[in-house]
Amino acid sequence: MTKFIKSNNVICRKIRGGILILLEVRFHGRGGQGVVTSADVLAVAAFKEGFYTLSFPTFGAEKRGTPVASFLRVSDKPVVLRDEIYEPDYVVILDPTVMESVNVVSGLKDGGFVVANYPREKELEEKLGVKTFTINATKLAIEYLGRPITNTVMVGAFAGITGLVKLETLKETITEWFSKKGEEIAKKNADLVEKAYREMEKRKEEVRELGLKLVER
Amino acid sequence: MMKVVRGFYAVAYSVKLCKPDVICAYPITPQSEIVENIAQMYANGELGNCEYITAESEFGAASILVGASATGARTYTATCSQGLILMSEVLWNAAGMRLPIVMTIANRSLSAPLSIWNDHQDSMAIRDAGIIQMYVENNQEVHDMMPQAFKIAENHKVMLPMMVCMDGYKLTHAYEPVDLLSQEIVDEFLPPYDPPVKMTTKEPYTFGSYATPATYMEFRAAVYNAMERSRKVIEEVYKEWAEISGRNWGGHIVAENCEDADVCVMAMGSLVGLVREVVKELRGEGKKVGFIKIRTFRPFPAEEIAKAVDNAQKVVVFERSLSMGSDAPVTLDVKAAIHKKAIDVYSPVVGLGGRDVPHKLVKSTIEEVIEGKAKPGTYFKGLKDYEEVVV
Repeated sequence: MTKFIKSNNVICRKIRGGILILLEVRFHGRGGQGVVTSADVLAVAAFKEGFYTLSFPTFGAEKRGTPVASFLRVSDKPVVLRDEIYEPDYVVILDPTVMESVNVVSGLKDGGFVVANYPREKELEEKLGVKTFTINATKLAIEYLGRPITNTVMVGAFAGITGLVKLETLKETITEWFSKKGEEIAKKNADLVEKAYREMEKRKEEVRELGLKLVER
Repeated sequence: MMKVVRGFYAVAYSVKLCKPDVICAYPITPQSEIVENIAQMYANGELGNCEYITAESEFGAASILVGASATGARTYTATCSQGLILMSEVLWNAAGMRLPIVMTIANRSLSAPLSIWNDHQDSMAIRDAGIIQMYVENNQEVHDMMPQAFKIAENHKVMLPMMVCMDGYKLTHAYEPVDLLSQEIVDEFLPPYDPPVKMTTKEPYTFGSYATPATYMEFRAAVYNAMERSRKVIEEVYKEWAEISGRNWGGHIVAENCEDADVCVMAMGSLVGLVREVVKELRGEGKKVGFIKIRTFRPFPAEEIAKAVDNAQKVVVFERSLSMGSDAPVTLDVKAAIHKKAIDVYSPVVGLGGRDVPHKLVKSTIEEVIEGKAKPGTYFKGLKDYEEVVV
């Protein structure tokens, strides 16, 4: 069951208060885009691969368009910490406009990076001042789903570049998740998650070369 | 079966296994999805002969359950915050009529100002109603507590409503692994409700009728006595659950490393995991600190707490609510429990209206007490700089 996250090819076991936390991820976006679902889907998928997981949200009001953050903890021990994540290993941004009102990279750890929905990678990286990998999730979502709901793309992109969960596990989870909405929607989301996963998986080598955090098995 | 589920589902699924006869509720954030999940199960025909009634308000929901419970039905509802306050008139009646209605409270703050986020002010506001209250630390515990709540409430020595309190959002909205119970285990543990008295059309009774000064006081004394008797019943049920499920959540309190502790730290609800870890961390740094998780709040485990803190000089109570004009509610009870001992009680109030309680804040708050930098009494932690306007 024990799995490790490697940083600079050194096994990175982070001990806080005698407990072992392997991974902390913070998701940013706006109400209605699936920020909460992103963390939840990954909590379910990572559990299927033998990790203990916890995900939960925070937001201002129950309205579309307000800034939303959600949190994901993945560990090889049951997760007991329920405070918000102030020093994430990774940050996932579903909506770039949220950066105008929220400091999305606040507390990002050394060796961590941002996975964002944005059309121009260099521009965003300069703006954020931390290592950033982008994917044009809005475009892909409209292409595959006909709607600018970016969570499926970003879940696939994040899992692809970090290796947190395998593609098969993620596809299975996404299919189960969207099956309530009908077979067709589930299939579209599964195809979309695969597309994003494969696209970002290609960039894993860059992450490795830069000595950033990866989930190795 | 271990599965990653949301807090709502952990509750709803467990309630289903308890085979309630009547469920009646009114939606309120962050509780709504509990009853939405149950309504879905009802619509799918998974609830057997259970009646699921949608009420026009929480007042209506509680009233319907009072009637249903009086006919001998096993009854359930879930609510929080303003909804609980709106129910409160009926709930005092339910306790006085000795109706074992079981409720899940998705703890949320009270207005004003309006907030949908978590603290314990709602359940604390009706702590004196004659309703048993217990607080859970995670979604496995709330899942495990539902069958226990029915068994405790419906015990003939008790016959009181019971509230299982779970923190709104922090637990209700959290996805985490929960070992879902089987119907067999719940059936083995929880017998069908056997009401000592029930109303039928052939045998009508009056519940909660007018009591003159000649009789009222005895009824209230009986509620008090039932709550006292519940102490033993609750402990027995907790114990039986540990045996049957293999998960031992402890008794009324869980005391860890308190025997040699100079400072004992107490918490209740979803903050427990974090505070426990911080205390372990401080132990690792050589500080003589102990931890107490309070599970049962009504009846208050005064004897257990007094015993656990016997060797301490200081006690820290992390409070998630207030009593305006006095110490916060848990502190009041803790102070009463240890009034014969020379122990200073520190009551940092944290996380009102969903304000996050970070690891750093918990640690520095405890360290300040250890180092003698805090003053005993009620004080706020995690407040921003603000100016109060007094005109």
